This record gives sequence, structure tokens and C-alpha cells, in this order.
Amino acid sequence: MSLRRSDRFLAALGVAAALGAAALADARARRAADRPAAEERARLVARLGLTDPCLFNDARYTRHLSQADRFAPFQDHPRALEHFPSGSLTAGAR
Amino acid sequence: MIQLREVTKVFDEGRPGALVAVDRVTLEVAGGAVTVLVGPSGSGKTTLLTLLGAMARPTEGRIFLDGRELTSLPERFLAALRRRTFGFVFQQFHLVPALSALENVMLPALPSGAPRRDVEARARAALARLGVEDRAGVRAGRLSGGEAQRVALARALVDDPKVIVADEPTAHLDSARARALMEIVRGLKAEGRTVVVASHDPIVYAADCVDRVVRMRDGRIVAAGAEP
Amino acid sequence: MTLRTALERQRSILDFALGALGRRRGKTLALVAVHALLVFALASVLLFTGGLREQVRAALRGAPDLVVQRMAAGRHEQVPAGWVETLGTLRGVSGARGRLWGYYFEPVSGANLTVMVPDGGWASPGGAVAGPGVARVLGLKQGDRLPLRTYDGEALDLGIAAVASPAVELVASDLLLVSEGDYRALFGAEPERFTDVAVAVPNPDEVTRLAEKIVRMFPDARVVTRAEMIRTYDAVLDWRSGLAAAVLAGAVLAFAILAWDRASGLSAEERHELGILKALGWDTRDVLAAKAWEGAAVSVSAFAIGALAAYAHVFLGGAVLLRPILEGWAALYPDLRPAPPVEPLALGTLFFLTVIPYVAATVVPCWRAATVDPDALMRGDA
Repeated sequence: MSLRRSDRFLAALGVAAALGAAALADARARRAADRPAAEERARLVARLGLTDPCLFNDARYTRHLSQADRFAPFQDHPRALEHFPSGSLTAGAR
Repeated sequence: MIQLREVTKVFDEGRPGALVAVDRVTLEVAGGAVTVLVGPSGSGKTTLLTLLGAMARPTEGRIFLDGRELTSLPERFLAALRRRTFGFVFQQFHLVPALSALENVMLPALPSGAPRRDVEARARAALARLGVEDRAGVRAGRLSGGEAQRVALARALVDDPKVIVADEPTAHLDSARARALMEIVRGLKAEGRTVVVASHDPIVYAADCVDRVVRMRDGRIVAAGAEP
Repeated sequence: MTLRTALERQRSILDFALGALGRRRGKTLALVAVHALLVFALASVLLFTGGLREQVRAALRGAPDLVVQRMAAGRHEQVPAGWVETLGTLRGVSGARGRLWGYYFEPVSGANLTVMVPDGGWASPGGAVAGPGVARVLGLKQGDRLPLRTYDGEALDLGIAAVASPAVELVASDLLLVSEGDYRALFGAEPERFTDVAVAVPNPDEVTRLAEKIVRMFPDARVVTRAEMIRTYDAVLDWRSGLAAAVLAGAVLAFAILAWDRASGLSAEERHELGILKALGWDTRDVLAAKAWEGAAVSVSAFAIGALAAYAHVFLGGAVLLRPILEGWAALYPDLRPAPPVEPLALGTLFFLTVIPYVAATVVPCWRAATVDPDALMRGDA
């Protein structure tokens, strides 16, 4: 027993903490790198008057969620409310 | 040293199978002496040992250690007492089989907060005293009966206890080893320690270092040798 | 007891707890693995949706203050140009513009495109600007031709004037920007009619009042405020609902089963070991501390492994395992690259949700065993 178990465990935790700190630093760098793109997106949204991000493209009623109507799901499929997978992930428009 | 006054221990009290293991026992165990409890199995020896060693509370009666009543002490103090004042050797040894002999001997000292180095040194010294220092790294599950016995005794000694309580310590030993064990007991006595042993082995109760033999039957003391 | 001995004591107990875990190596590793997997799944979703949410919020800051739709028989109806004029003259409104947009199903790729007419000269007649997703799915680059079919079956051949930069993937992946004339030809949209109206309201305090006023003026109008747009995606991307909740529900149940198994009882072996410790002079606190360290060692390790792996997965590995969930049945899917979220709250919550209950589930079943007198051990029935 050259090294105590607790020492090895705490050392491993230390490594994990260092990796966590590295992840935080990486996160900061990535956010900074994304800033110009974010500005570009905001400009485009303003210019085109966009209302929704493009998250789900499979169903019409989940493409523009904020503009969707309650009846839209039924239009895409007569029998099932959640015909498209994305429908189950979204609450739909109020 | 240890006084028992009208002590009774009932298991499964109030239930159909209730068993009176110790029945109104009054006994004084002298300090620095070797006391042996003798009796057939089921006579209450082991239960009496657990009461003497602060491992169980009596159903009735009072127990004193150096004049201080144990019966009403909170659990924390009893645990500290078990650690600092008593060293136990169990009939089944109760070593943790997957831990090494050394780790087993260190176990009682872990919560003391003493530096690891000191604890390990004391544990090695205790193993050396019993002649099993070469087995320190062996997992307890792989030790022979005699080795396990001595490791268990080393564990009882690691915290330098005033009182050693042993339950049938020779049960797994041949005669030569049993006699060797009694030599160790003689050494403990010479150091001024109190030893209480439960045994029906003549090698134990007939040994010349024994000061007093207490005979038990059906949870009662039927005969007690002269108090030294 | 000094701090030093207190620390040394905890270290010794930690040593013992780690030793106990090491003795059940297979079981311990399996527990850590399952736990880490759970944390990995949850943390991946939290990081992904959290990052996306911040990007969406930032992007929608530029969205129209109000969008006015017209409803007829409960459905979207084209808005007459007169609405645009009227809305533009309302007090508090700085501008109103008719938006033209619709969906076009591209039969070869099976992709749904959002066809839109931009303000200003981005798309000249006969030309189009393709979103990055459109270009990817249809294999388009600048200068290519895109053959479309109009509502009445005529061919409409557009030249790709430009492909939007990948930076705008999140908001423009499936967009196809065309000129107004081509739009009306493609969909047979009547002139002087728009899909809806975007209204600019400089004073945010007036938005609600104006929305109410518009509905009074046009009883068949439906007004969507920007706050509602943002709220919609907050709900989808919030970790308590939508995407995350859908994934979390199963994982939380799995965790509950795991914890229940731990909490449901001690093995005879564990009970025996506790008895030995008690008999050797460990008090209840020490025994419980050992158990707490065991639980903490397992759950903290699992959390660290799972959370770090999730970070690597989402931000270094492009969230490959989450893709199928977002893609659904879409033929065209956006290549989303969320930046790491600023707000670590959700991860902190995950930490407490995984570590605390697990430690509790490890300690609580020992409570009774740790408080009984150790004589049962001496009597040999422990």
C-alpha cells in the first residue's frame, strides 16, 4: 500500500475538477467564438422578420411553433395527434 | 474494575420464544486479574461477556466500570469505551475476510483520527508481538485458523486496551497453540491488563495465570472462585 | 477533537469506504457505469437544449414585435394589403410590412422548404438565396439551377444567387428566399395579399395594448407578440419541459429504480461487517460516515464521468447521439451547433438530483443496523 486509497481517490477527483475547469474555459472560448455568428443570426432575423428558429423541419406545425395552429396536427394526419416525432417534444402553440 | 449488579438479559422479550440468557447475575471482575467464565454452551457465558464489554445493554440491573455506571450511557460513549478500554476476541474471529491481516488490525483505530502512519506502526507491532507479522499482507480469508486467531488477538490489542474480553479463544487451536495463547495471556496480565475469558477448555481455566474461575449454568453463577 | 484529527479520521474512514467498494469491484464498477450513463444522457440533453435556448433567445431578439395573422374558419387566411396600411398608421407603431412565406415540399429529396420573400433586393426575379440546410440537402451551390414546380404544374427554374452562411443555420437552415413575383407565381398567391403582417412597436410597454387594439379593430385577427415567440421556445428548450423533459422522464425512473434497489435492504454480508465495526468501537456516526463516503464516492465519480463525457459529446462530438431526436422524420435537418450555456444551474440541479438521493439511499438502510448494539454479532446470529 504505497499510496492511500483516499489519496488516489482525491487525486482522481482533482483530475476531474481540472477537466471541469478546462471544460469551463472551453465553454467560455466557444461562447466567444459564437458571438459573431449570433450577431449575424440576430441581424438576419430582424431583416427577414423571422419568428421562429429552424429546429424541427419534419412537420409544418412544428416548423413555426409560435405561429402554429391547434388544428394543424390533425391536418397532417387524420388519425394521430402526434404523427411526427417532433410533435411529442413540443407543447405546440397556445 | 467491572461490577455487575443483579443483571438480567432477556432476548426476544415479550415474545413466545423469549429467552433469559443471563439471570440476575451479580459479579465483580477485579482489575489486573484473569477471570475465566466456565460453563456448558447455552449457559450464558457469551451473553455475560457482551454485557461486561459494553456491547449490549442489560434488560435489568446495573453495570459499573471503575465506579461509573455504563447502563445509562449514550451509544456514542459506549462506542468510545469499546474502542479505548476494551479489546475483543470473538469466537468466530470476525475478521473482515477481504481485508488484509494488517488492515483488519488497523480497523478499530481508524475512527480515532490518529495519523495513519502511527496506526499502521501499532498494528504491525501488535502482529509482531503475536508472531504473525509475516502474514500482514495476506487477506484474512486466506489465513489458517491459528493465524486468524492471532490476528484477531492482535486487533484486540492495537488500541492498547485495559480490558481484554475473549470468547472461546482456543476453540480453533490445538493444545500446543492453546498453551502458547495462555502464555500471551500471562504476558497481558503482567502488563497490568484485565482479562476476561469465556471457555470450557481445561487448558484455559486450569492455567496457572488464572486468578478466578466463575462457573455458570442456565444464566446464573453457580460457583465462583475466591476473589483475589 | 482538533480539525487535524477530524480530517485524519474522515480520511481513514474514506480509505475504509473505498476499500469496501474495491472489494465489490464488479458491482461498484457496474453501479458507476450505469450512474454515469444516466448522468451522461441527462447532462447531454441539458447542455444541448440549454445552449440552444440561449442562441434562440439571442436570435429572436430581432424578431418582429407583433405578427398579425388573419383567421378564417379557424385557419390561416391571407391578409389583405389594406391591413398593412391600417396597421402602419396606428399610434405607437413605427412600421408594418406584409410578409410572404409558405412551405414548399421538394419531392425528390422529401424536404420541406420555407419559401420566403425578403425585404429589399436579396432575391431578384429568377434568382434565389438558399439556406445552408437547403443547399446541403439538394446539393446546391452558387450558380446552380433549382427547378421547382408551381401550384398549377408549371416549371419554375431559379438560379441560386447565394447560399447563406453556416452561421445562420439555426434560423435559416430551410429557407429559400425568392422574389415576390416568383413567390406569387409559385404558390398562386393573389396580388395585394400577404401571409401575415409584421408590426414594429418601438415602445415595449405598448405591445400588449396594441395587440388588444388590433384584435378589436380586426376581430378575425390573431396577434402573436415577440414575448410569446420567445416563450414558445423557452418551453420547448427548458429543462423542465419539452425536449429535456421527454428524455428525463425515463432516466429519472431508471434512477429511482437504482436508488430503490440500494435502499431496499442490506445484504447479510454488509450487516455482518457493520456489526464487526460496531463491536470494534466504531460508533454510529463513524459507520454512517463510511456508508456516506461509499455513496458519495460512487455518485460523485459517476457525475464527474457522466458530465464530462456529456460536455465532450455535445460540444466536441456535435451531439451525435441527440441528432435522431431532433431530426424526427425530417429529410432536411439543421446542423445545430449550440454554444455552451452560460447558466450552470441545470447542471447543479442534476448534481444534487444524482448525488444527494444516492448518498441518502446508501446511508438510510444502514441507519437501523448502525444503531443496534453489536452483541448480536458476538452471539453469532449476525
